[in-house]
Amino acid sequence: MANAANSPLGVYLEHLEKGELGYQFSPDANVAVFYPRVICPLTGSDNLQWRISKGMGTVHATTVVYPQKGDPYNVALIDIDEGFRMMSRVEDIAPLDVRIGMRVKFRVHAAEGDEPPYPVFAPAAGTP
Amino acid sequence: MNGLTRGSAAIVGAAESDIGAVAANMSPLDLMAQGIHRALADCGLKLRDVDGIFCAATQARTSAMSMCEYLRLPSAYTDSTIVGGSSFEVHVAHAQAALAAGLCSVAVIAYGSTQRTVGRRQASAREYNPYETPFRPFLPSTAYALAASRHMHEFGTTREQLAEVAVAAREWALLNPVAWEKKPLTVAEVLSARPISYPFTVRDCCLITDGGGAIVMMSAERARGLAKPPVYVLGCGQTITHASISSMPDLTMTGARESGAAAYRMARLRETDIDVLALYDAFTINTILFLEDLGFCPKGEGGRFVSGGRIGPKGSLPVNTNGGGLSYCHPGMYGLFLLIEAVRQLRGECGARQVAQAETALVHGNGGVLSAQATVILGTQATL
Repeated sequence: MANAANSPLGVYLEHLEKGELGYQFSPDANVAVFYPRVICPLTGSDNLQWRISKGMGTVHATTVVYPQKGDPYNVALIDIDEGFRMMSRVEDIAPLDVRIGMRVKFRVHAAEGDEPPYPVFAPAAGTP
Repeated sequence: MNGLTRGSAAIVGAAESDIGAVAANMSPLDLMAQGIHRALADCGLKLRDVDGIFCAATQARTSAMSMCEYLRLPSAYTDSTIVGGSSFEVHVAHAQAALAAGLCSVAVIAYGSTQRTVGRRQASAREYNPYETPFRPFLPSTAYALAASRHMHEFGTTREQLAEVAVAAREWALLNPVAWEKKPLTVAEVLSARPISYPFTVRDCCLITDGGGAIVMMSAERARGLAKPPVYVLGCGQTITHASISSMPDLTMTGARESGAAAYRMARLRETDIDVLALYDAFTINTILFLEDLGFCPKGEGGRFVSGGRIGPKGSLPVNTNGGGLSYCHPGMYGLFLLIEAVRQLRGECGARQVAQAETALVHGNGGVLSAQATVILGTQATL
């Protein structure tokens, strides 16, 4: 069997470079799979499809990190509407004002130097 | 079923190495060897009696191999399973199995860390996780803070209730001559301390100390002839629900539910039978989660349960009588110290902090970020 042409992380980053939040879907288990993997942990099958999220989610848990140098910043777990959870941060709002249950929308934090792009979130328009 | 037999093995020796701030250039292996030396002296055995090495360390990648060299034990049975701070509770189950299978007859479980001396970053470097590292979580604190945020949201747990855990630990520590912290602590002082990762201040977080130690295990039959009364392994259980906090299935429900249920089942005991508890308190939320998940109070009630000093020296449920990872000692991985304190309580060696008529102890180890949960139930001869 030929080696895989790309890795799960490689595909994920390619989507981010196009401004997309990619995730995997296991048709046999009928669930979203995140982080991306080579096999579905529910079925053991390598039958995994890549899908693009609509980018909407809800804050599941939130904290504010106080670094020894620099400003405090948010770290949150976001439940994405398509049925998976990921770590990220909520921007455009004071970090302590991020609330569990808040609706948020995805955007890409562009690659900088050696650091690849990564997904961040901002409060969705029309939410309190 | 885990295949282990209630009471088939016993802890016969237990000791700390130097702890707190150790001498310059002391290595983690030095501390393990010192712990082994003291634990063997505790039970009257010699180094040449040892034929099983169980250990884990963040500063020694192949810790069992290094200890075999250090101690010149080329034929020892080895196990350096590492699942974070609960590794040593897992080692107890593994050692019990190895003793039953005849793979070894005298097993030592050892740990050493010079985390305070060399700095946390150097002592336990973090692996890059492309799905978490970009967000700069201050791990492990941030992961536990996320769980705490969820517990506060779902159950109304307050920062004051979290602080009660730290205050109780401090009150116990004041009764332990070797505890790192020596001054009283109030809820107000916890809340106003330097913030780390909301809702935690530095007083919600475990200490950063050096330290190590060892325990010695043997089969129950061979344990009976030794100097001190054996402490029997009545029950064991382990569960690994995730490795990274973003993959934890439920932030307010830990694997302690399953590991505890397995340990109670093997021990044929329930929570009301337990006299003294040692719960891995890396952060104040831990104690609350584990009291709930091990059945001492209903889910969500942990914050109210710990209020009013219930788990302190004047309370009704003795938890973390050495002062815990919050106030006694926390050298990176703390699980071995839970076992050492439980052994001492069951032997009646704890002086001012001794729990009266302690016959059973529940030790609960936690590894990673609420990831690897391992419960061990210990008992005196009277519980067999």
